[in-house]
Amino acid sequence: MSAAAKTQVKPEKSKNLVRGATGDWEVVIGMEVHAQVASNSKLFSGSSTAFGAEPNSHVSLVDAAMPGMLPVINEECVKQAIRTGLGLKAKINRRSVFDRKNYFYPDLPQGYQISQYKQPVVGEGEVEIDIDGEAKRVGIERLHLEQDAGKSIHDQSPEYSYVDLNRSGVALMEIVSKPDMRSAKEAQAYVTKLRTIMRYLGTCDGDMEKGNLRADVNVSVRRPGDELGTRCEIKNVNSIRFIGQAIEVEARRQIEIIEEGGTIDQETRLFDSVKGETRSMRSKEEAHDYRYFPDPDLLPLEFSQAYVDDLKQHLPELPDEKRARFMKEYGLSAYDAGVLVAERESADFFEAVFDFAPPGKPGALAKGRDGKLAANWVINELFGRLNKEGKDVATSPVSAKQLGGLVGLITDGTISGKIAKDLFEILWTEGGDPAAIVEARGMKQVTDMGAIEKAVDEIIAANPDKVEQAKAKPNMLGWFTGQVLKASGGKANPAAVNELLKRKLGI
Amino acid sequence: MQVDEATVRRIARLARIKITDEEAKGLRQELNGILDWVEQLSEVDTGNVEPMTRVVAQDLKKREDVVTDGEMAADIVANAPLAEDNFFVVPKVVE
Repeated sequence: MSAAAKTQVKPEKSKNLVRGATGDWEVVIGMEVHAQVASNSKLFSGSSTAFGAEPNSHVSLVDAAMPGMLPVINEECVKQAIRTGLGLKAKINRRSVFDRKNYFYPDLPQGYQISQYKQPVVGEGEVEIDIDGEAKRVGIERLHLEQDAGKSIHDQSPEYSYVDLNRSGVALMEIVSKPDMRSAKEAQAYVTKLRTIMRYLGTCDGDMEKGNLRADVNVSVRRPGDELGTRCEIKNVNSIRFIGQAIEVEARRQIEIIEEGGTIDQETRLFDSVKGETRSMRSKEEAHDYRYFPDPDLLPLEFSQAYVDDLKQHLPELPDEKRARFMKEYGLSAYDAGVLVAERESADFFEAVFDFAPPGKPGALAKGRDGKLAANWVINELFGRLNKEGKDVATSPVSAKQLGGLVGLITDGTISGKIAKDLFEILWTEGGDPAAIVEARGMKQVTDMGAIEKAVDEIIAANPDKVEQAKAKPNMLGWFTGQVLKASGGKANPAAVNELLKRKLGI
Repeated sequence: MQVDEATVRRIARLARIKITDEEAKGLRQELNGILDWVEQLSEVDTGNVEPMTRVVAQDLKKREDVVTDGEMAADIVANAPLAEDNFFVVPKVVE
């Protein structure tokens, strides 16, 4: 982080500035995200990474740092780090080195953390975030592999702390950004995007509640265009909402100190979400001195370009590419495409909607023609309902196949949009095959012009006063359409009704 | 390179080793002796020599991503001065 902090950065647009008592301030944010590598076993041992086990049950003699134990690296963790690096469009370092970062804490039995210091496995890259429809790039400084520590529990006893080493030795990717973010919103968008990318890649579950994605947030403030100010590091913020809150209160705290003539001490702070404040964590005399040196138990990590290329070939389509493809293939708006690709499961569901009937078969959907309609049904009707009922795509009562069937019935004119909502309700609560339901319950749109004409004539005959009004005010037509649709139980085709009405009313 | 007594005390503190002032004096001499000796090595020009990481040609050994270890909590805490419900119990540490 220190090298990056010296980088000169362009002054920011005024909309991101924070108003202080003595003028505007610019907030500069960089982040170190710790992402737990998705793997079965730990970085240097064969014990399990599964969450929520009995205390110390997922601990080997290596994790407990018993004398004479030697670390042997889990190759899958290396691959996961490379995949993540590729997803961040980053330089992959074919030679990297593991170092010991020395410090004492009861949940670190080795007395050092195996990490990477001067030669990380992944170098510079970038992440594109979207802020109110505007793309912005956030630079990645590096990504390295390291061990997680164990867990200390302090609230069980007034005299003792309890230590569980289950997490000790689990592989983490520390992803360090450049100080490129200028607001809490940008920082949140960055972490959200990182999480999305890693979940697409399958390299990190990104479950913040289980602590497998945590962020250290570096915040400083300066006058627009000035040199970077002194930064404070807020440790271990574990939700995207808290990241936003922590940045807001920390920036405010620093601005107040400087405006009152004080200076900022470079220090590590802790965000207290209950009190909504940051607090100093360590006193200065405890200043870090990690005495890094290459771990003599581990040879340098080396692999060939072919090894990297092979991993690259098997990467899934990433969110940015998928979004571009959705806009092109399905004719979606940037916003809709963005909503759909935010989670891989959502994007897959949307695409599966089109698979329910092969092209050429009755009711088959065409991507370009029906993309927007399908997206509408997936996002507004289905996701809206899922959200409301606390469900997600995986537990959705309506399958992609059913929703595809429903959309197909709309596009081929079998049912109206209004009836489709009733059909959706039936699919949600009772399930079943959309076409069969429509058939069995007489929900088909009336295309029999004779029947529609009869309804139109009746409405006209019953409302001579409205007919006069409509002749003077053609937008009265809507009222007639409504009446006819109501009389048909929503089954008349609105376009056909409109057509007929216009003719009969002479407008 | 030479170290002074303050540095010796700092190194000891970082290593969590308690030393007396008397010991610090002795350790300073010892450490400086070692540093003098290492200093001699700097006289050799190693500008074009790769740092040696292995004696025989071999690559970093790797493991497959399978669970082969663990499930022995009682053994893990067996040597702990204090344990409870398979947790290590240590004097309170609060930041």
